[in-house]
Amino acid sequence: MTALRYAASDTAVLVQRNLLRIPRAPDLLISFTVQPIMFVLLFAYVFGGAIDTPGFDYVDFLMPGIIAQTMSFGGFVTALSLADDMKKGLIDRFRSLPMARSAVLAGRTLADVVTNMLSLAIMVTVGLIIGFSFDASAIEIAAGVGLMLLFGFAFSWIFALFGLIASSPESAQALGFVIIFPITFISSAFVPVESMPDGLQWFAEANPFSVVVDAMRALWLDAPAGNSIWGAIAWSAGITAVAAPLAVSRYRRAVTA
Amino acid sequence: MTGSLAIEASGLRKSYGDVVALDGIDLCAPQGTVLGLLGPNGAGKTTAVRILTTLLPPDGGSAHVAGLDVVREAARLRAHIGLAGQYAAVDESLTGKENLEMVGRLYHLGRARSRARAQDLLARFDLLEAGDRLARTYSGGMRRRLDLAAALVAEPEVLFLDEPTTGLDPRSRLGMWATIEDCVAAGTTVLLTTQYLDEADRLADRIAVIDRGRAIAEGTPDELKDRVGGEWLEIALEDRSDADTAIAALADLGDGRPTCEEGLLRVPVARRRGVIAESVRRLDEAQVAIDDVTVRRPTLDDVFMVLTGHAAEEEGTEERGREEALA
Repeated sequence: MTALRYAASDTAVLVQRNLLRIPRAPDLLISFTVQPIMFVLLFAYVFGGAIDTPGFDYVDFLMPGIIAQTMSFGGFVTALSLADDMKKGLIDRFRSLPMARSAVLAGRTLADVVTNMLSLAIMVTVGLIIGFSFDASAIEIAAGVGLMLLFGFAFSWIFALFGLIASSPESAQALGFVIIFPITFISSAFVPVESMPDGLQWFAEANPFSVVVDAMRALWLDAPAGNSIWGAIAWSAGITAVAAPLAVSRYRRAVTA
Repeated sequence: MTGSLAIEASGLRKSYGDVVALDGIDLCAPQGTVLGLLGPNGAGKTTAVRILTTLLPPDGGSAHVAGLDVVREAARLRAHIGLAGQYAAVDESLTGKENLEMVGRLYHLGRARSRARAQDLLARFDLLEAGDRLARTYSGGMRRRLDLAAALVAEPEVLFLDEPTTGLDPRSRLGMWATIEDCVAAGTTVLLTTQYLDEADRLADRIAVIDRGRAIAEGTPDELKDRVGGEWLEIALEDRSDADTAIAALADLGDGRPTCEEGLLRVPVARRRGVIAESVRRLDEAQVAIDDVTVRRPTLDDVFMVLTGHAAEEEGTEERGREEALA
């Protein structure tokens, strides 16, 4: 019991640390606030006119996709920060302290949930201003928010693993972009899957990212759900269940070079 | 079993791939003393510190710190040690005070005590005024002091300092030494690694000289200096043909017969007082013209030359490169 209580309090101390840092790093603050606004506006007005989305206005079609993409990249900060902590010797210090082995990573990924909430609120607001409208009950809207945060949390653990594997913050960034970025695009997030060539279409349909975006459209736009909602929850839980233990085990052995 | 030894390691081994970082090393430090690990880059000092602070498991051998096994009782041991590494591991986006409070909370001191300890340490380390400023605005010396303060938050029984003054300017270095001496006076056992003989000499009760993962010599600073030889006077002659006259003039000045090679006269001296003036006076009387007079102290290189027959740096640089590549 004591161990569990310490793990919780250690994690809380590190969440606090990570949140304190944000307003002091203007570049981070911009990535949580200005960048999501920019993406919504760019996609809605630059691509919106050219992409045909039967049954939906493009803004309605776009919002679940762009939000899901932003959530999945919320964990970017985790990769950068962990790689930086590693480089600066902070991970050595943390590992020499009598704190829970999971706390540094959980403190990081939970801080991402907080910043994701901020980005999510900003994006929905911008969406509503430019014509997005929910076709959902309050419960469905809330369920969508919950699903987005859960999905973002899962990706944060993948980024945590990247941050610990990478030899520098720069390579953590490159690793994240090369692996995650294409996955978010080859999906139903921005265009109807049917518009892609056959090979890509197959990938896009199996892509967990599409499952999550489809679930969001079911929750917020009353699109047919199929198995997508349970599928999205299962993917989020599954990714966390695999990536979190891998990241923690990596952390236990991590030393500054 | 460990009695009054705060640090006790025997036969520690660690390899990174093919590179042997520690090749069976024995260390011990009684409570309240300072053990200095002296060696060039890549000698294995940092690896030893990492094993003793539970960051790395050894491949072989065993070690106890504060009576606890560094592998089997690692989790308990962490509450009894403090580590200040080579990097000044502070969060630059937090203030000095926030850094110390965070570390206090992570040592499970509780909110109120963490705050009180942070305040004490900021005052003690001359950081009180800078306490509410972000650490990224600190100078190198201030960062190191903050880092050392963080290592002391929980008043650890054993303090590990990995090259605490590397990269500091001379003034900050002196300040750091005084601070470390204060910690020792308060009864903390310290293990300190350094590349500088004068640092080990000033701070350590016993020194272990480390080379290629082995302890090649161990003793008090005086014992070690006796093996290497003390200071010497180095006098550059204007005219090499004066060598014999100069040696004769200074024969009974130091505590050993002067030698001369290529116009460079070396006179071993145990006590420096007055020898420079005296040597200049005598050479002047003997009508020997000189270019330069300096007092030389043995350096790490001299220690290595005497103990191993090879220079410290060339070997070290290469090993460090390999160690970094594989770590």
